[in-house]
Amino acid sequence: MNLKPATLQRIDEVITHYPVKRSATLPLLHLIQEDIGHIPDEAIEWVADKLELQSINVYEVVTFYPMFKRKPVGRRHIKVCRTLSCALMGGYKVCNTFKEEFGVELDEVTPDGEVTIEFVECLASCGTAPVVMINDDLHENVTPEKARALAAQIKAGTASRPAPPPAAS
Amino acid sequence: MPDAPQQRRIIFQHIGEPGYTPDIDCYLRHGGYEILRRAVTRPPAELRDEVKQSGLRGRGGAGFPAGVKWGLVDRKSGKPIYLIVNADESEPGTFKDRCIIHQDPHQLIEGVMLSCFANDVKQAYIYIRGEMPEGARILERAIAEARAKNFAGPNILGAGYSCEIHVHRGAGAYICGEETGLIESLEGKRANPRIKPPYFPAVLGLYQCPTIVNNVETLCHVKHIIGMGGAAYAKIGTPNNTGTRVFGVSGHVRRPGAYEYECGKITLGQLLHDVCGGPLPGRKFKAVIPGGSSAKVLRFGETFTLKNKDGSTRELAMEDIPLDFDTLAACGTMGGSGGIIVMDDSVSMVEALANINAFYAHESCGQCTPCREGSLWMKRITTRMVRGAARPEDAALLKSVAGQIPGRTICAMGEGCAWPTQSFLEKFGEEFASYHETKTTPRPAGAPQLV
Repeated sequence: MNLKPATLQRIDEVITHYPVKRSATLPLLHLIQEDIGHIPDEAIEWVADKLELQSINVYEVVTFYPMFKRKPVGRRHIKVCRTLSCALMGGYKVCNTFKEEFGVELDEVTPDGEVTIEFVECLASCGTAPVVMINDDLHENVTPEKARALAAQIKAGTASRPAPPPAAS
Repeated sequence: MPDAPQQRRIIFQHIGEPGYTPDIDCYLRHGGYEILRRAVTRPPAELRDEVKQSGLRGRGGAGFPAGVKWGLVDRKSGKPIYLIVNADESEPGTFKDRCIIHQDPHQLIEGVMLSCFANDVKQAYIYIRGEMPEGARILERAIAEARAKNFAGPNILGAGYSCEIHVHRGAGAYICGEETGLIESLEGKRANPRIKPPYFPAVLGLYQCPTIVNNVETLCHVKHIIGMGGAAYAKIGTPNNTGTRVFGVSGHVRRPGAYEYECGKITLGQLLHDVCGGPLPGRKFKAVIPGGSSAKVLRFGETFTLKNKDGSTRELAMEDIPLDFDTLAACGTMGGSGGIIVMDDSVSMVEALANINAFYAHESCGQCTPCREGSLWMKRITTRMVRGAARPEDAALLKSVAGQIPGRTICAMGEGCAWPTQSFLEKFGEEFASYHETKTTPRPAGAPQLV
């Protein structure tokens, strides 16, 4: 596992935010996933070593929180909100539109490694339902037409790429 | 029905205002941090009294009086006191805190610093849900700006008081909105809520130290309470339901969005008809969940018999319910997080419940058997019904499962996951009872798929 120097620097900085090292578990996992895309076994052991924990302490955290991925996901991670307010406004149609556009089922990766579609629970933007997140960007009031336009942008390579890690503060 | 009153925008004063930006210069141009500047010259206990006098009730869900919560903090333990901002905003239907974080982050930071000063807190954490990466970056930038101008960090405004704030991101688990689950998560563990007693956060919270956990909107109110004084704030709203509330309306209305009104000064009907523009063209309102998806559903057209203080009773139509904590509770539901989800006559209540049940089954932390198993079985039964295999006994089965969860779990999710099923059955029993007959007809055109 090769972490970028900027990631390592941010990891060392974030550990100082807490009086107890273990508290940095979630921040470290986020930083590693932003850098290498998912949380492999060696990342779990690395975090455990770094925070002076047992591997199981980190493993149980990784498997509890839905945002941590044990396997690589597409470079464009499309999260469609499934919960009630979005569903009332057509969230299921939006999700199906994305699946048709990319020819994949939920949680799969397209053969080119580009796209994963996930049907996630509430994204806390119910007033502009249905909503979709593509990597870090929120898209609001997404109709099937708008979903097709977003899919076209992704195919053309213009929709959001993974955000580069923000500069260390 | 009289026309709806005007909005009273205190928390949302600048939200949505053209030209208002989340940077500190804009905030300072609008008088930002003046309240903190004045407050750090006052004794902290006096500030706590202002909050107590204000009658402010928590805006995250439970509506617990914030001044009382602060009053429970163990100040004699000799351990540090922590403050955690609950920015996990995870109750479906709720989106007010996102607006505050994205558009007016310094209002929150000022509220946090005031609350920290009032409670002698030296370290605060903002626990923000993982699905708000942009919000986390905005808050980190705002904290850095506030620190650079000496509103946070060492020796704040020369008052000899120091306090740091850090942003901590969650990772997609609803249960982190429960305050002891949140504390476990902030300690780097699974967010399994803690048993109370003994683990009341005010005594044994983060790192077993006294800890205050307050919602984003609640802490913003603190800023305005210290600014205008607790007594003046208590005059806003209605007795025991003071201040303003931000209502987030979503679902089947013409103008969904966030609206701020004095607590109890607007009725549900006024909000949904006059403010939100009524139902979509050609539709009728059918049901509303008034305080986030855990809150018990209300049916349009129903009436309630409520007790008056003198022992007499009065009839109250559902659309005339004033939006406050106490009346909604008297009507058997709750104001919760202020997230109001509206459903019209295109919606099958069985499908809507199946959607909600899928959420709670996904989000149970798994620690307590009644919640872990009960939420799963309620999901399985309602999903099976929607998928064409409904049975005549399903309503009774759902009622039996839901009835075995509340009061038997460590945290309130036991109630939260059972209340939707219990109230949908109670209010729309005929749809559940006859579903095995009607399900043979396809979903009507224009009806949303919910499962």
